[in-house]
Amino acid sequence: MKNREEIAERLATSGYIADGELATAISLMQLLKRPLLLEGEAGVGKTEVAKALATVHATELIRLQCYEGLDQSAALYEWNYQRQLLAIQAHRGEQADTILDQIFSEKYLLERPLLAAIRRDRPPVLLIDEIDRADDEFEAFLLELLSDFQVSIPELGTISATTIPHVILTSNGTRELSDALRRRCLYHYVDYPDVDREARIIMARISGAAASLSLQIARLVENIRKEELRKVPGVAETLDWAAALVGIGVRDLHDAPETVHETLMCLLKTHEDKSRVTREVTERLLGKVA
Amino acid sequence: MSCCGPNPGYEELDEVSRLVSARLAAFLRTLRDNGFAVGLHEGRDAASLMGSGYAEKPGLLRTAFKHLFSARKTDWEKFDGLFDAFWLGKRVRSRSLTMGSAKAANSPSLKSLRDNPSESTASETATDQIPSAGEAPEQRTGEGRMEGASRADNLAEIDFRKMADPDQIAEAHAVAARLAKTMRTRLTRRDLARRRGYRLDLRRTIHRNISHGGVPISLVKRQRKEKPLRLVMLLDASGSMSMYTGVFLRFIHGVLDEFREAEAFLFHTRLAYVSDAMKEKDPARALDRLSIMAQGAGGGTRIGESLQTFNRWHAARVLHSRSCVMIVSDGYETGDAALLGREMAALSRRCRRIVWLNPMMAWEGYAPEAAGIKAALPHVDLYAPANTLKSLTELEPYLAKL
Repeated sequence: MKNREEIAERLATSGYIADGELATAISLMQLLKRPLLLEGEAGVGKTEVAKALATVHATELIRLQCYEGLDQSAALYEWNYQRQLLAIQAHRGEQADTILDQIFSEKYLLERPLLAAIRRDRPPVLLIDEIDRADDEFEAFLLELLSDFQVSIPELGTISATTIPHVILTSNGTRELSDALRRRCLYHYVDYPDVDREARIIMARISGAAASLSLQIARLVENIRKEELRKVPGVAETLDWAAALVGIGVRDLHDAPETVHETLMCLLKTHEDKSRVTREVTERLLGKVA
Repeated sequence: MSCCGPNPGYEELDEVSRLVSARLAAFLRTLRDNGFAVGLHEGRDAASLMGSGYAEKPGLLRTAFKHLFSARKTDWEKFDGLFDAFWLGKRVRSRSLTMGSAKAANSPSLKSLRDNPSESTASETATDQIPSAGEAPEQRTGEGRMEGASRADNLAEIDFRKMADPDQIAEAHAVAARLAKTMRTRLTRRDLARRRGYRLDLRRTIHRNISHGGVPISLVKRQRKEKPLRLVMLLDASGSMSMYTGVFLRFIHGVLDEFREAEAFLFHTRLAYVSDAMKEKDPARALDRLSIMAQGAGGGTRIGESLQTFNRWHAARVLHSRSCVMIVSDGYETGDAALLGREMAALSRRCRRIVWLNPMMAWEGYAPEAAGIKAALPHVDLYAPANTLKSLTELEPYLAKL
């Protein structure tokens, strides 16, 4: 599969270090024209996949952030009521039909992410972020859109997709998704990267991070993840921490155990975790890092 | 569908493609047996994948199929093993096999549930139909309606562990299922009656009144949407609870069947997520699937550790602000009681109410002396006996108030 290797390569140049399986998933997305559902802990880089994919295809990224109570008017389209009212006032006295035709035209339609995604000339990447935060009803509606790729607006008629977007859905698992949606999508579980990959991610993202330091950071973070923590640090936290260390000017973790301990706040985000990782623990963790 | 090679004209190639399709179909069946949700659509896509070069290397085909067929993390994890076993003939580790484990069938508490075939068929008719008193016994033995109803009254007061007659047990199960059903409907109705709009929705009001030239005549109000109550049940399936496990399993089955939002877990020395297995309509089949998952049931209890697993891996997904956690256990902790206390505290931060049902509570002379229950009690909102059907019914108004 030439296509697949090409994708992996292009992902790498865009700054996303993917595992081999993800490249397969992306090539399948194109082949089967199915959305890709990414699941995984918070902070493992699910959203980044979509951004990297947009770079790979050299296309626009349209993002729909889901939240509780998200409805069609915020996700799909809405009429611009204020402008419509103004138009009515301005054309007072004219034929009702002409006003109607005018205020229910494209000009007064506000595009929201889902509608925008199917009306582009070039297929964009549509990122539906944290779908598990939306309500069940919205999920059902989304399912319909993802299978037909057309939207019907009562006043305008049906709008069919000019292009089929590359759809990526992410979920943190705060709610169980419906089986129907799961079946509709390809599935990829994004796990914490292994030491080698995490080190390469640090090098790709933080300019000035040397290979040896990146490897040390990645090893230490891997060991921290094995501790009993309430909130396990993700890749985003690792990058923060690496940026902090590089910014302070640390070249070797062993040279500056004090700084290491003090900057752990980049990784540990609850009081409980912070008090659990004492100086002794930090030293023990540092000892494991060759 | 282009699962065949590039030259479909040759008869031999036809033969090959036929064999490949048959093999693929067999693989899909294996996946379905292992709990994958695989439909026709997936089968067609799989065939087209094999046709488009993904079958050249087994590793590549495995990855491609993994993305296509998995729908959740558990699928994702067991897929590789299944694929290797089927296509490459490798042995799978026992964890991946979910079918036909002989060991579990011997565990006392679950086995006792399945001893009597007539019992399971009787309760089956009870759940699959709309509840009307006495219908199930009428179908089964031709007894009169009156007798069925009056028997139920008697049953309400009998301690579950004193029920010996299989008919009696079957009836208790049916009542438990019916109870779960009434609990659910009442809760929903109360939810609806309380709903009223409070705040004005300006955007929608303007939209609605465009036809009046923008004069706001009819107002649109924003309604607060009530989340349905979610019930999360954690059932102790240890040896000390074995006399009660049966009825509660039946009750949980009823609840899962009826509540849109309910999840169930079983714990003894470890925690098992059983909602999927229990959602099986047919109680007998549900128990079958359950007995496979609940290996080790009937042994000791490590409530603290089980709760820790729950808090760590399941709580974020399963609990929200309108959740009630119902723990059914006697509180005889064989693990660390201090851990149980800590985990209960963590749990109480995450959900609205914790109900602890303890069947032993109604026993004469019982006092919560066990270290486990002592550590847990400060975090429990309602501590109630649940040894009879009547005491289960008494819970309903409490739950309705949440």
